[in-house]
Amino acid sequence: MNFSCSSPSLLHRRGFVKSIAGTALAAALLVTSGAFAADPIKIGLVTALSGQSARAGEALTRGATIAIEEINAKGGVLGRPLELVRRDDESNPAKGLLAARELIQREKVAALIGGLDTPVAMAIVPFVNNAKVPFVDPWAAGTNITHNGAADNYVFRVSAMDQDVDKAILQYAVKKYGTKKPGLILVNNPWGESNEHGLKAALKAANIEPAGVEKFQDNDVDVVPQLSRLKAAGADALFLVGNVGPSSQVVKSLDRMGWAPPIVSHWGPAGGRFTELAGPNAKNVIFVQTYSFFGDLSPVGKKVMAALQAKYSDIKGPADITPAVGVANAYDTVLLIAAAIQKAGKVDPTAIRDGFYAVDQVDGLIKTYNKPFTKERHDALTENDYIWTRFEDNHIMPVASK
Amino acid sequence: MSFLPAIITGLALGSMYGLLALGFHVTYAVSGTVNFSQGSSMTLGAVAGYFFLVLWGWPGLIGIPMVLVICAIYGLIIERYAVRPFVQRGSDNWLMATVAVGIIVDNLMLFVFGKEPRGFPSILAVTPIQIAKDAGVYPLQLLIPVVGLVLAMLLHLFTRRTRHGVAMLAVVQNPNAARLMGIDVGRAIAASYAASAVLAGIAALLIAPLFNVSSDMGTLFGIKAFAAAIIGGLGSAWGVMLAGLCLGLIEVFATNYLGSVYTQIITFASVIVILVVMPHGLLGRAGVKKV
Repeated sequence: MNFSCSSPSLLHRRGFVKSIAGTALAAALLVTSGAFAADPIKIGLVTALSGQSARAGEALTRGATIAIEEINAKGGVLGRPLELVRRDDESNPAKGLLAARELIQREKVAALIGGLDTPVAMAIVPFVNNAKVPFVDPWAAGTNITHNGAADNYVFRVSAMDQDVDKAILQYAVKKYGTKKPGLILVNNPWGESNEHGLKAALKAANIEPAGVEKFQDNDVDVVPQLSRLKAAGADALFLVGNVGPSSQVVKSLDRMGWAPPIVSHWGPAGGRFTELAGPNAKNVIFVQTYSFFGDLSPVGKKVMAALQAKYSDIKGPADITPAVGVANAYDTVLLIAAAIQKAGKVDPTAIRDGFYAVDQVDGLIKTYNKPFTKERHDALTENDYIWTRFEDNHIMPVASK
Repeated sequence: MSFLPAIITGLALGSMYGLLALGFHVTYAVSGTVNFSQGSSMTLGAVAGYFFLVLWGWPGLIGIPMVLVICAIYGLIIERYAVRPFVQRGSDNWLMATVAVGIIVDNLMLFVFGKEPRGFPSILAVTPIQIAKDAGVYPLQLLIPVVGLVLAMLLHLFTRRTRHGVAMLAVVQNPNAARLMGIDVGRAIAASYAASAVLAGIAALLIAPLFNVSSDMGTLFGIKAFAAAIIGGLGSAWGVMLAGLCLGLIEVFATNYLGSVYTQIITFASVIVILVVMPHGLLGRAGVKKV
C-alpha cells in the first residue's frame, strides 16, 4: 500500500521539480537579457596591489577610477557604464598571467590594463595576442612589450618606453650639461640590459663614444670601484639605470668619492623613498617622468586634480599624488580605451583593437593625443612627451619640461 | 681608482664579510655544524634594529642590547629545533633544516617589514673622511674592520685561554668524553648558536647604515660570508676574518682592473682556486679523526 501510494506522488514530485526548474531557467534568462542593456563594460586591471609596488598599483587604480567615473557621469560608452575589475599580480609574472587569463576568460573584460613590471607584462603579452584581447600597458617601459614581433599585435602602451627614454636621456644631458663623454652605470639585470642596448644605440646615432659601461648588483654596498673606473676614463656625466635601492647606493658612493658629476637617470628613483635612502644628495639625480601635478596645470589637469581631492581624503595637494606617473598614465589609458570602444561601435575585442587605430583626438592629462596609434606605432607617448624631475625632500618636482 | 683607494675600499667591504662569517666559525668550532642561513640572521638583526632604533626611536643603550638579545634567542631556537633533533639522530639533515628556517625568516621579515627598502641613518655614515684622493670612507667603514678583528681576537683568546673556551672545543673533539669530564655539551652547543646569531646581529647593525634595510639584504651577504668562512678554514677565527678581507680585496681589484662584468666570475673562481690549492682553507688545519 505504501508502495502503490508513494509511486505516483514521486512521479508527481519529479514533474513539479522539473516545472520549477524550467520556470527558474526562463526567469533567469529573462533577467539576464533584461539586464544586458545596462550591463557594464568591464575593464580589467592587473597590477601589484601588495608588496613593494603597492603604492604604484594604488596610483594606477586611482587614475583609472577617476577616468571611469568621469566617463560614466557622461553616460558611459555606447550607452553602457564602464567597470574596473582589479587583480593583484604581486609583481610575479606567473601570477600576472593567471590573473590576466581569469579576467579575460571568466570576467570577459573588453580590454585589459596592466603591467607595472616589465617581466609581468612580458608574461601577459603572448597570451593576449593569442586570445586577441587589447592589452594596454600604463607603466612598464621594456621596449619589447609593444615591439613584441607578433603578426597580430594587441598590445598598446601609454607610458615611457626604454628605447625612447634612452634617447631622451642623451638629448637632455647634451642640451643641459653639454655632455661629450657620458659614463653608463647600469643595474645588472634584464632592465639594465635593455637600456644598455638603447643607450648604446642612441649614443651611436649621435656619434658619441661613452667613457665606459659599468654594471652593479642589486645588493652592492659599494659602487666606488665601478664609478672610479668611469671617472678615470673621463666621464663628464653619468647615465643611471637602477631601482631605488641600488640607485641610492650609487649616490652614496659618489658622496664618498667626493665626485659630483651630473646624473641623468631612468625613472628608478621614483619608485620609493629615494631621499631617505640616498641622503641629501638624492636631489642631484635628474630622472624621467611622464607627468607631474606641480606647476601650471592644463584644464584637464585641474579637473583631475579636483576629482582626486574630492574622492580621496588623503590627497590635499599635488605632493600627495604619488607616484603621479601612475595616476596620469592610467587616466589617459582609460580615456584612450573608451575612445577605441566608441570607434569600434561594439564590445568586440578585435573591433576594439582596430578602434585604437581609428582614435583621432583625445584630450588627455599628459597631452592631447592626435591619432596616437597606428599599425606600426603602438606607443602613445614619444620621447618628446617626457618631463625631467628630481626629488626635493620627499616630493618629485619637475626641473624642466619637455 | 689608484692602488691605495682600492685597498681601503676592499678592506672595508671584506671586513663586512669576515664579521658575518665569524658566526659560521663559532658553531663549527664547538659542534661541527653551522647555521647555513646566517644571512637571514643578519636580516633579522637589521629589521629588529630598524624597528627599535629608527622607527620607535629607542636610545642606543637600550635598543642595541635588545637587538642582540633577540638575535641570541633566535640562535637558541635554531639550535633547539633545526639542529639538535637531527644531530641527536646522527643525521646531516640540520643542513637543510637551517636553510629552511632561513627561508621562513626571510619571508616573515617580508611580511613584517614589507618589500620597500628603508634607510637606517647613523651619525657614523654621514660625512666621509677623505683618506686619499677619491678614497673617502665613512667612519663606520673604518669601525667595521676594527670590530671584526677585535671580535676575532676575543674568540681566539676565549677558546684558547679560558676554561669555558677549552671546554667548548673539547665538545667537538669528543662529545662523550667531554660529557664524562662534566662538561654540559648541550649547553655549550646552544651557547655557540646564540653567539653566532649575536655576531650576525652586530654585523647587521654595522652594515645597515652603509646599505639599506630590506627583507632580502642578507641573502647575498650570507653566501659571500660562507665563502669567506670556507676559504678561511671554518675552525679558525683569524682565518675566517682574513679570508673575508681577501674576498673584499679580490672583488674590488677585479672590478677595478677588469670591469664590473667580471666581478662575480673572478671572485667565485678565486674561491675555487684557493680551495684547490689549500683544501683546509687559509688557516684551517686538517682534522684528525681517531678511531
